[in-house]
Amino acid sequence: MNTPFVIASVVAVVSTLMVITRTNVVHALLYLIVSLLSVSLVFFLLGAPFIAALEIIIYAGAIMVLFVFVVMMLNLGPQSKTQERMWLIPEVWTGPAVLAVILLGELVYIFASTGGITTSGKTVPAGDVGFALFGPYLLGVELASMLLLAGIVGAYHLGRRGNDDEQKEER
Amino acid sequence: MGENTKTRENEMKEIPGPAEQVLIVFSILAAVMTIGSGLIWLERRLLALWQDRYGPNRVGPFGLLQVVADMIKVLTKEDWIPPFADRPVFVLAPAIILVTVLLSFTVITFAPGIRVVDMNVGLLFFLAMSSLGVYSVALAGWASDSKYSLLGGLRAAAQMLSYEVFMGLSLMGVVLQAGSFNLRDIVEAQRGLWFCVPQFFGLVAFLIAGTAELRRLPFDLPEAESELVAGFHSEYSGMKFGMFFVGEYLGVTLISALITTLFFGGWFGPDIMGWSLLPLVWFLLKTFVFICGFILLRASLPRPRYDQLMSFGWKVMLPLTLLNVVVTGGILLLAGR
Repeated sequence: MNTPFVIASVVAVVSTLMVITRTNVVHALLYLIVSLLSVSLVFFLLGAPFIAALEIIIYAGAIMVLFVFVVMMLNLGPQSKTQERMWLIPEVWTGPAVLAVILLGELVYIFASTGGITTSGKTVPAGDVGFALFGPYLLGVELASMLLLAGIVGAYHLGRRGNDDEQKEER
Repeated sequence: MGENTKTRENEMKEIPGPAEQVLIVFSILAAVMTIGSGLIWLERRLLALWQDRYGPNRVGPFGLLQVVADMIKVLTKEDWIPPFADRPVFVLAPAIILVTVLLSFTVITFAPGIRVVDMNVGLLFFLAMSSLGVYSVALAGWASDSKYSLLGGLRAAAQMLSYEVFMGLSLMGVVLQAGSFNLRDIVEAQRGLWFCVPQFFGLVAFLIAGTAELRRLPFDLPEAESELVAGFHSEYSGMKFGMFFVGEYLGVTLISALITTLFFGGWFGPDIMGWSLLPLVWFLLKTFVFICGFILLRASLPRPRYDQLMSFGWKVMLPLTLLNVVVTGGILLLAGR
């Protein structure tokens, strides 16, 4: 199981780095999709085929399509590229990078001192995921559904007809 | 690309005879590609028949070699990339549709033992691949950097995203009854009664969602030629256009094969003299009927307006499929399964 796992993880890390460093938004999104696909493969190799499939269907297949959709609507020209390039200067990214490296160091230290985390290697069928969600984690599911409901209400409010004037003023 | 490794992994788990397995895989690939390109001829002939014309009947017997002529034409055309296009994405887009559709074929069991991989999340894998297929049209529309393509791409992205939601839900009734995402188990569960009877609403919803996912006629607004030239593939020519074209026909074959598998008992059919290839013949015959059905749809229906398309999907089909899931679940619960 190790070789495919290592390959998938390396692809995930490299593609995520590419997401941050691209100046073209659509190219960045494409790398993000590759990153999500490789994370899904990692799930699959860890014995969670159901979660792996959902990762692709929901994240790569639905949420990222909405991102691409919005970027298409914005129809960004070459000036957005130069703007991105101006934002990506060393003084902007050094601070977060140093903090991230400290976290990475901690993670490596934990793995090194505990001998790594191993999984049972057992495949989790879809039914077990359902039992877990609607059994011990029911509260989490309910909270998430309330959050989504609030999101839908908010989207409906923003998308309502009749506030065209307000939108014009904002521009 | 993660998918490729995934399928190969599963394949290795099972196994009678690697040589036999490889042979089956390549025959399925060859058969699927042949059917996909053969449909170009079939569609033109059948449309002509239903519209009281002749259609292509000059090249070879019944015009069958028209496919070869078309292929030569497409392959020798100038493969032009517009200078204003986003080159890498422009080249990538047509490949995505072919790859996702062909990968979807890996989970279909054509007859006992004749399949690429026996995956226990097979149905979800198909849904995942069909949702990734959206990128093909959306990115093609964006990368072309032309207003018609962009409008086509936008329409395609919104349409496919909306219809995908209840496409998944329409299949959940079948999953509930069969108790598995594995397409082979689903066919086995239909030994007594085909799911087209208890899951009739699921079947209707899947047919509508499938047509919308394929962007076939009643739902072909992304490439509505009366207003958008050719929609998202306006700027494509040569083999790249050919890939969109073949991708669409492969998609028709895929959805037909899935309807056969999920609702019409897959390879089951009357047994005649215990002929061992009979299950495969039944499967192909059923699939062929649905392919012709898709072509008849194109020959007979007009296109709706875009807002009608959207409100139909969200306000009619989504509640109906949700109701179907609830009712199916309730009945199964009462039946004590």
